[in-house]
Amino acid sequence: MGLEFYTTRLADAVNWARKYSLFQYPFVTACCGMEFMAVWAPKYDVARFGAEFPRFSPRQADLLIVVGTITERQGPVLRRIYEQMCEPKWTVAFGVCASTGGFYQNYSTMPGADQCIPIDVYIPGCPPRPEQVLDGLMMLQDKIQEKRGFVQVRERREHDELLKAKGKLKVLP
Amino acid sequence: MSVEALNRAKELLGAAVVSTHSYRGDDTIVVDAPDAAKALKTLRDDPEVAMNFLSDLTAVDYFGREPRFEVVYHLRSFKTGARLRLKATVAEPEDGSNPTCPSAVELWASANWFEREIWDLYGIKFTGHPDLRRILMYEEFVGHPLRKDYPKEKRQPLVRRPPDEV
Amino acid sequence: MAETKKMTLGIQDVADLEADDDPMPTEPMTLNMGPSHPAMHGTVRVILTVEGETVKDADVQVGYLHRCFEKESEHATYTQVFPYTDRLNYVSPMLNNVGYALAVEKLLGIVEKIPERAQYIRVIVGELSRIADHLTCMSAGAMELGAMTIYFWGIKAREWIWELLEELSGARMTHSYVRVGGLAYDLTPDFIPKVRALFPKINTVLKDIEDSLYENRIFRDRMDGTGLISQERALSYGWTGPALRSTGIDYDVRKAHPYLVYDRFDFDVPVGSKGDNFDRYIVRMEEARQSIRILEQAFDQIPEGPVCLDDPRIILPPKPAVYNTIEGMISHFKIIVDGVKVPPGEIYSFTEGGNGELGFYIVSDGTGRPYKCRVRGPCFIITSALQEMIVNRPIADIVPTFDMMNMIGGECDR
Repeated sequence: MGLEFYTTRLADAVNWARKYSLFQYPFVTACCGMEFMAVWAPKYDVARFGAEFPRFSPRQADLLIVVGTITERQGPVLRRIYEQMCEPKWTVAFGVCASTGGFYQNYSTMPGADQCIPIDVYIPGCPPRPEQVLDGLMMLQDKIQEKRGFVQVRERREHDELLKAKGKLKVLP
Repeated sequence: MSVEALNRAKELLGAAVVSTHSYRGDDTIVVDAPDAAKALKTLRDDPEVAMNFLSDLTAVDYFGREPRFEVVYHLRSFKTGARLRLKATVAEPEDGSNPTCPSAVELWASANWFEREIWDLYGIKFTGHPDLRRILMYEEFVGHPLRKDYPKEKRQPLVRRPPDEV
Repeated sequence: MAETKKMTLGIQDVADLEADDDPMPTEPMTLNMGPSHPAMHGTVRVILTVEGETVKDADVQVGYLHRCFEKESEHATYTQVFPYTDRLNYVSPMLNNVGYALAVEKLLGIVEKIPERAQYIRVIVGELSRIADHLTCMSAGAMELGAMTIYFWGIKAREWIWELLEELSGARMTHSYVRVGGLAYDLTPDFIPKVRALFPKINTVLKDIEDSLYENRIFRDRMDGTGLISQERALSYGWTGPALRSTGIDYDVRKAHPYLVYDRFDFDVPVGSKGDNFDRYIVRMEEARQSIRILEQAFDQIPEGPVCLDDPRIILPPKPAVYNTIEGMISHFKIIVDGVKVPPGEIYSFTEGGNGELGFYIVSDGTGRPYKCRVRGPCFIITSALQEMIVNRPIADIVPTFDMMNMIGGECDR
């Protein structure tokens, strides 16, 4: 056992802290916003999961929830807000319009928010039931803990490439 | 109630009326586009008809028919409760430029946004409108999507993910 | 060195300060209240030109939720348009369903032949949706002024309504419950007792909201006298619904042009006096109470009977006939694939939606798909007046004005 044991445990602890204290930025556009309000309300309380208070500034948030239909006109706005967030950050597509465009296949609707930003968890439904949303949130928490979020995977890959370039990466047999 | 309004309106507008009809309780007057604004003003200011409320302003694209477009005004009188529909036929010019229709902005403030929407989605220019620009689509969009010859799924995206973001 | 001025500490009335007392000159600044903003109602972009805290000019840009209702409905059959209408005013979806169904039925010429039970049920679900709409508007409006508790009470009450509508139609929010010629399903057996049990609970929530807010200094200061509009300007802008009634004009489609069975009910239409945000709040609160009154009368009067018209060209045959007889199967197939065949013509049908006169202008060319299906969304029209209401007022007034307009993105941008 070497230094790796402690750094792995530390990384686990840090991810545990991250997954239970998500600061969400709800990018609310459409009808799913009503279900988002219901998830946030006392009956299907999302505060139990630590993700209670929405930060209405992307600089202070680490979870971007794309709630509702994204139109082509909204695309640059969404991209800019995603780029304004600091890493590590995660994104959730709430509803089928944000996942694939839903039943709106026309000249103005972007077929899914993943056309302009990377998405970690897709929550289908039109609108999804609050239980589905909480299930998606728990799935995201698993991803965060196991470092499978989009930004986390990219960071690990870049870190490995950097180490390999410096000749310090030990490839285990 | 609306039938009296229709008859009185026919008298007032006189020669401008192309045709009228009543269908399922709705009364309609059809005029030519250049007479539209004058006709609306007459209907609004007359004390008997008193159509002082513009319910709706929209356009229809009858693709393949001459004249191609129709601008539809739905009017209501708060004095009598009667309703009337005024349709103005707008022909597409031979040289392919945008068809025009006089604006109703001086009569009702709601016409401002209605006419912007028709310009955006149908391409009918309203002469006399103070600020005719797109309202529901973005300025970079080319074409007028609600015309029948615009395909439903033809997207003109503004932003897509950079291909090296994996 | 400039001579020092004696500054009085403490609260000083703004009117006491003279223009040349102001030591800080201002110049106009452009501020963007972007399409993604904390106000929960809709996605609208307002580009403000401010001088200090006063808005000098505003450019209201809508269209960030344009989902092409009209273009989609030209490619869908008349029944397939119902889910699109749900998502117009998505806080009161049943009212949109009912409005669209009445429009297609007017075009078919069968409005008087709809069974009475179906008409009563349409009124019942419509009024339940209207209560949910007003609860959402009041809760979100209070929350944006800082009163989080009101939001939790209101959403709790809305959940009760949504659970009952879910029992009825299968979905909490986007029901698609109404069909051309009737309804999708009949009421569940214990629906009416369950709704009756809700009335005292909803009344308690409304009373709690009223007691907490109406005498509250902060709420009154922010809502009184803000977002003013005169009757003439409201009419010129084409306003209808609670926003128009707050200015003093009592135009309610349910009273002026009664449809369904609204002429059999005894209810009042609340009307404001000044046309400010507080009037709009009170009008919505009272309308929710009047909706409860209509529901009580509807439950007493509702008859038994079928919920769909008996016309095989419009209504799907019952499932045993579809699976066991050839005629049933073919009839089912034709209605689903080709759509309900509507004779050529055009109509404009209007009902009282959550925010005003919800109009549908449908042009039919004789096939099972509409040639044009235009929705006159009241929110679009009310938002067009936003610029006039916020100019020459402080920035902070934008939030209550925008909330009380109840701008629902789905209806504004369609």
